[in-house]
Amino acid sequence: MKGWREHKGLATALNLENVDTDQLIPARFMSTPRGEGYGSFLLHDMRFSAEGDADPDFPINRYPDVSILVGRRNFGSGSSREAAVYALADFGIRAVIAPSFGDIFASNSVNNGLLPALVSQAHSQELLNILGTGTVELAINIETRTISVDTKSIPFKLSEAWSQKLINGWDDIDLTQQHRPAITAYRARRAKTLPWIIPKVENVE
Amino acid sequence: MTSLLDKLWESHEILRSEDGRSLLWVDRHLVHEGSHHAFAKLAQRGVSVAEPGLTFGVVDHYAPTRGVAASPAIARMIDTLEKNAADHGVTCFGMNDPRQGIVHVIGPEQGLTLPGLLINCGDSHTSTHGAFGALAFGIGATEVAHVLATQTIWQSRPKSMRITVSGRLASGVGAKDLALAWIGKMGSGAAQGHAIEYSGEAIRSLSMEGRMTLCNLSIEGGARFGMIAPDAITLDYITGRPFAPEGETLERAQEYWETLKSDPNTGFDCEITIDASEIAPIVTWGTSPEDALPVTATVPTPTELNGADAERVAAAIDYMGLAPGRALSDVHIDQVFIGSCTNARIEDLRAAAAVLAGRRSKVPGLVSPGSQLIKAQAEAEGLDQVFRDAGLEWVDAGCSMCVAMNGDIVAPGKRCASTTNRNFRGRQGRGARTHLMSPAMVAAAAVTGHLTDVRPLLVGRESS
Ligand code: SF4
Repeated sequence: MKGWREHKGLATALNLENVDTDQLIPARFMSTPRGEGYGSFLLHDMRFSAEGDADPDFPINRYPDVSILVGRRNFGSGSSREAAVYALADFGIRAVIAPSFGDIFASNSVNNGLLPALVSQAHSQELLNILGTGTVELAINIETRTISVDTKSIPFKLSEAWSQKLINGWDDIDLTQQHRPAITAYRARRAKTLPWIIPKVENVE
Repeated sequence: MTSLLDKLWESHEILRSEDGRSLLWVDRHLVHEGSHHAFAKLAQRGVSVAEPGLTFGVVDHYAPTRGVAASPAIARMIDTLEKNAADHGVTCFGMNDPRQGIVHVIGPEQGLTLPGLLINCGDSHTSTHGAFGALAFGIGATEVAHVLATQTIWQSRPKSMRITVSGRLASGVGAKDLALAWIGKMGSGAAQGHAIEYSGEAIRSLSMEGRMTLCNLSIEGGARFGMIAPDAITLDYITGRPFAPEGETLERAQEYWETLKSDPNTGFDCEITIDASEIAPIVTWGTSPEDALPVTATVPTPTELNGADAERVAAAIDYMGLAPGRALSDVHIDQVFIGSCTNARIEDLRAAAAVLAGRRSKVPGLVSPGSQLIKAQAEAEGLDQVFRDAGLEWVDAGCSMCVAMNGDIVAPGKRCASTTNRNFRGRQGRGARTHLMSPAMVAAAAVTGHLTDVRPLLVGRESS
């Protein structure tokens, strides 16, 4: 995965609370292999009627070129389905800005180069007011944790660990493999002090 | 003063990075059909599963409940898991295994879930296993691949929260009502970033089934996971389970388990107390688990709320096809569903059957036990006959209508009284309207055809 430090792009508002993972991607699409792309599944049942017609007023239908979404409270709540992040990423979204996120959604985002930018309630409302039903160009800087719009600068929160992952495009597996010796030693210690921790062997087929 | 969370965290921490994240050891990794993305990542890197003996596969999300897979795509999902498990030497409770069932039901049932373990699964309701005093949390596909490859997970330590439930739950009120009550009161994001420890008299008197229901729903309150310190009830449940320790090893394990509790006077980042005796049977009216009220209440009136709340409530009421101010007990339903990792254990089926015995359901419905073993036990107890006699369909084990992936769906616009955990828009099928409640409350709704207080229906016929 490629890392990124700064992004400038069009933002639009998704002015809804509790945009849960079942809305971000309905379950029926999740058996699709990733290679086929998940962008068209994003918020599918909100964007398209049962007959498959796109709602021309739905923000991401109206502005398919946006790369930043500004949401409300509890964005990405619900399931651990990483497909919700694939749908956002494959649609072209690089960052979601909201006052709170589902915990697992946020860590899934970082694992896919998508920034979950946590802003205060007041700043989220301010951004929503600026955007209205249109689009505005925002500049995001992960290093300085700022979102710039015109001359204004809005801070967001992001842990140092997640910021490093996003900037460097790091994959945890590579990082963890460097700690092999510590892991092996831990495992041996654990199996010795708590032998019952390993499931009874005779039952394992 | 150390908390249960501290003890569990420290015992799993292999190291801590400069940026404050902990590398934790994973004692059990449960995978299901949705793990195909993770196995594909493994294949891309050409690595194999690090600890096949600590990894267990389960077919549940796409499991057919009436014999045959509903589509070739669904059949392919099941085949892919069984093949990936076989390729990596991982035990798989597949479609032809009599132990098959929902991942969070069979982990405990098989004795794979034990106090003091760290358990991961690519499913948010992994929090269920916390009922045993385990660190159990859901992870995404990238993390599943990481656990498969390394048997470890990077996590930052959550903040601690204690929910103390004093007093006793009234008759006809159970763990599901307790969970929906606190989420309804605090909001679905209330526990974000926190690990919850449940304690107090009402928790101690809950069965393991009830504790699992409560911990299962922790995630719906936004928590990373929920936990309950192990006690005699926990030990009793574990003893004799196929993968559980026995004899002398069990005694050694037990000594350790006894240390797994928060020391007296431990401080928590957040404390909540609830009086159990004040909780009535709860139903949800909206599209988030926080939209929960006693069944005796009315649908909220948006004009009485302010700004953002008013908008959200109005949208939820509109989606649900309800009218503001209407009595919840006047809401008619089209069908019922009893199942899912929240409420498909034997005790749940008994509670529903106690209400339905000798009565007919006014609406059609599905009863899907949490595992094939629970199905067999229920049949031995004659519960299946109670459901059939009531006019409900008794089907095989799996996630079924909880997530509508296997083809069991609620049709657009239909209203379902459901024992599941999410009333999100479209969760049970596009346009489906879900009301969450306990198994006894679903049974009551079936009997009357509308949302109903179960308590009068229980007079003279208490379940265990
Ligand atoms: S029953 Fe529902 S919530 Fe539980 S594991 Fe299956 S899909 Fe997830």
